[in-house]
Amino acid sequence: MDFTDKALAKISIGGYDLLITQSLLSMWIVILILITIAIVVKVKSKKFTEVPTGFQNLIEMIVEAFESFTLSIMGERGKKFSAYFGGLFFFIIFSNLSGLFGLRPPTANYAVPLALGLMTFILVHVNGVRAKGGLKYLKSLTEPIVLLTPLNIVGELANPVSLSFRLFGNIIGGTILMGLFYELLPIFVKIGFPAFFHFYFDVFDGVLQAFVFTMLSMVFVSGAME
Amino acid sequence: MNQVTGEQFILGCSAIGAGLAMIAGIGPGIGQGFAAGKGAEAVGRQPGARSEIISTMLLGAAVAETTGIYGFVIALILLFAKPLT
Repeated sequence: MDFTDKALAKISIGGYDLLITQSLLSMWIVILILITIAIVVKVKSKKFTEVPTGFQNLIEMIVEAFESFTLSIMGERGKKFSAYFGGLFFFIIFSNLSGLFGLRPPTANYAVPLALGLMTFILVHVNGVRAKGGLKYLKSLTEPIVLLTPLNIVGELANPVSLSFRLFGNIIGGTILMGLFYELLPIFVKIGFPAFFHFYFDVFDGVLQAFVFTMLSMVFVSGAME
Repeated sequence: MNQVTGEQFILGCSAIGAGLAMIAGIGPGIGQGFAAGKGAEAVGRQPGARSEIISTMLLGAAVAETTGIYGFVIALILLFAKPLT
């Protein structure tokens, strides 16, 4: 059985091979959908009125829900971060749910969660330095005693690894189990029954992992700023 | 009886190693069960704070899951990336 990311096309640029894989294709589709939604909202927002109706209600509800969620975790300083975390959340959720449409989820390729984890890592440390100042920030790594500095540094470096492995492991586990289910079982169990597994692995686990990734990023960022 | 080549031997040992790596699943099971049990207890004691308790519980469960995911990733690497052959 083969659960690897299959290459659909190959482009050679100056001796390097650029592989167009399944997850790259599905990530492009996800990005296209998100950009289309953003453009539609932007165009419609010119006609937004004081009293919201229909479509405007939905958009305002989503934005407000996300703002209050960010505020409840990060406190008052979280307001300017809610746009970034909203984008992160919707990218991960659309990526995870793309498994429902027969695409390979982009988050099942380790490059994608690693990039998201490194973005959080940079955000944590840049904001830590900006909120506390360089010297005070470096001093916070030597707490509670100087002897623990190497442990603190290893702990900081482990954050993006654990964050990205959690997302990657959950999604690829679901992908492999669904692949095994479709390949190994007799034909009469393949009708109807996969719906439950898709509901658990794609819908429930995908939404939960997107939520957890965003929430842990928020906790790390606000922890570095305190 | 056929001679077992070195590569086949390593593949078999990798499969055993992948199975052993999944023993790591015990830890997250205990941890998540503990988190869920305490969460249910807290909701029973204070039904008003239900949504906050649930989000804290999910965060704790996700952190408890990490070690299990490490074991799972190692099992996957042993089975599909085959680093030893």
